[in-house]
Amino acid sequence: MFKNLTIGQHYPVDSPVHELDPRVKIIITFIFIISLFVINNFLTYVFVVLFLGVAIIKSKVPIKFVLKGLKPILIIIVITFFINLLMTPGEVILEIGPLDVTKEGIRQAGFMGIRLILLIMGTSLLTLTTSPILLTDGIESLLNPFKKIGLPAHELAMMMTIALRFIPTLMEETEKIMKAQKARGADFESGNLINRAKSLVPLLVPLFISAFRRADDLAMAMEARCYRGGEHRTRMRQLTIAKGDYIAVSFFVVYTIAIIVSRILW
Amino acid sequence: MANDIIKIENVSFKYSEDDNNLALKEVSLNIKEGEFVAILGHNGSGKSTLAKLVNSLLLPTEGKIYVKEMDTSDDEKLWEIRQSAGMVFQNPDNQLVATIVEEDVAFGPENQGVDPKEIRQRVDESLKAVGMYEYRKRPPHLLSGGQKQRIAIAGILALNSECIILDEPTAMLDPSGRKEVMDTIKLLNKQGKTILLITHYMDEAVEADRVVIMDNGQIKMQGTPKEVFRNVTEIKRYGLDVPQVTELSQALALEGINVSGDIIRIKELVNELCQLKLKI
Repeated sequence: MFKNLTIGQHYPVDSPVHELDPRVKIIITFIFIISLFVINNFLTYVFVVLFLGVAIIKSKVPIKFVLKGLKPILIIIVITFFINLLMTPGEVILEIGPLDVTKEGIRQAGFMGIRLILLIMGTSLLTLTTSPILLTDGIESLLNPFKKIGLPAHELAMMMTIALRFIPTLMEETEKIMKAQKARGADFESGNLINRAKSLVPLLVPLFISAFRRADDLAMAMEARCYRGGEHRTRMRQLTIAKGDYIAVSFFVVYTIAIIVSRILW
Repeated sequence: MANDIIKIENVSFKYSEDDNNLALKEVSLNIKEGEFVAILGHNGSGKSTLAKLVNSLLLPTEGKIYVKEMDTSDDEKLWEIRQSAGMVFQNPDNQLVATIVEEDVAFGPENQGVDPKEIRQRVDESLKAVGMYEYRKRPPHLLSGGQKQRIAIAGILALNSECIILDEPTAMLDPSGRKEVMDTIKLLNKQGKTILLITHYMDEAVEADRVVIMDNGQIKMQGTPKEVFRNVTEIKRYGLDVPQVTELSQALALEGINVSGDIIRIKELVNELCQLKLKI
């Protein structure tokens, strides 16, 4: 059941957005997130939605997939919305028992809701259009300048790569152990939450032991293949900035300027 | 006469200081360039330890090991030694590092700091050499065991190693995977790679130029497969089997049928038996 599991949510199609350099995409997404929190009026959000819409259309990723990212955090959005709605002090419009809905509250809650939704959609678009490997490469390359202040950029990227490599292997292993335990009468499905959590112990212990054993083997195999950390290491795949990246960056510069101008004007 | 690529001189090894049991006892072995040597032994005979010593993953407690005249206990030569004598391990899952086949093959040369263009070229050549080129974009966890081992071998080829040490590469594979890996090994040996194959399958050892039998941390017998396997009783004493055909032909000889006692391949026995019939 885990065999065809894909890590992350990469949606592999050929599109101008997919072809962008991962570094460019990460930086754009990062500034995009900041911009969401800078904006302070609803009209500008229409512009942001328009921008994001164009990006989604260009990426050829069905909108359904972009929205899917919202599902797991829907509850957080709703809670944030209501907390902002009810907890913001100001001019009272509506009184529900001990709770006050204020004019500022409505405004604040609306902003927060829109910001979170756009934030998730923006980051989803990044992970949908970039394969995990390229994402890792991009992060490593972007963190490289921070090596001077002691940030282990290469090590972080290597950890991510190995984690991505071993998630399917460990999933398969989990399944195998589960079957073996079930064959000997273990019950993972019935009982209340505590019982079910308890029944996971005989699953987790062998899984951890085998994970450590694998780590040991892998470390030895890596050393045997001359691994000695990030220094003097080269990469087969070189990230290159192409024409498409310049186009994307120019579009994004226009977007950023528009956001800043809107902030100054209103 | 070819030069010795690996020289093992009176090597003893124990895993910890206060361990009384020596994993290896005064082992000496020379391996020539281009030779295919199989090391046989049952569990705990010290054969895997020997492999790790040659790759400098472990250092001998006593004695010296030289790979291309480089002392494995010399820290400065460490990486050069590991590059010259690449190692493939038993578990196909636990030695692949990257999430894409070609990335994994590139891992070795990347560590050496090879120029990206050359890495690309080495990766393509290595994958073609093991017949896995069309799988280069696949994630390794979707491949079969035999295919994963071939990727691991390609990873060593990309290091440009002259010598490949394989530590029971087929122990966790099914018969078809085992055949894939053995065919690859034989092919690479023909192309001039020195092969040190550690195994406990007799049919694999038969393919080697020289067979070394280890037991209890010592080398007990060595020679060509024919020389070694004819000593059925002695080999059985070390907890090993001889190839089935050898056993059969010796049993036939005992029954008074005139076949030689050093048959190691089915084909040879068939030949001899057919000739017998002709004589009658």
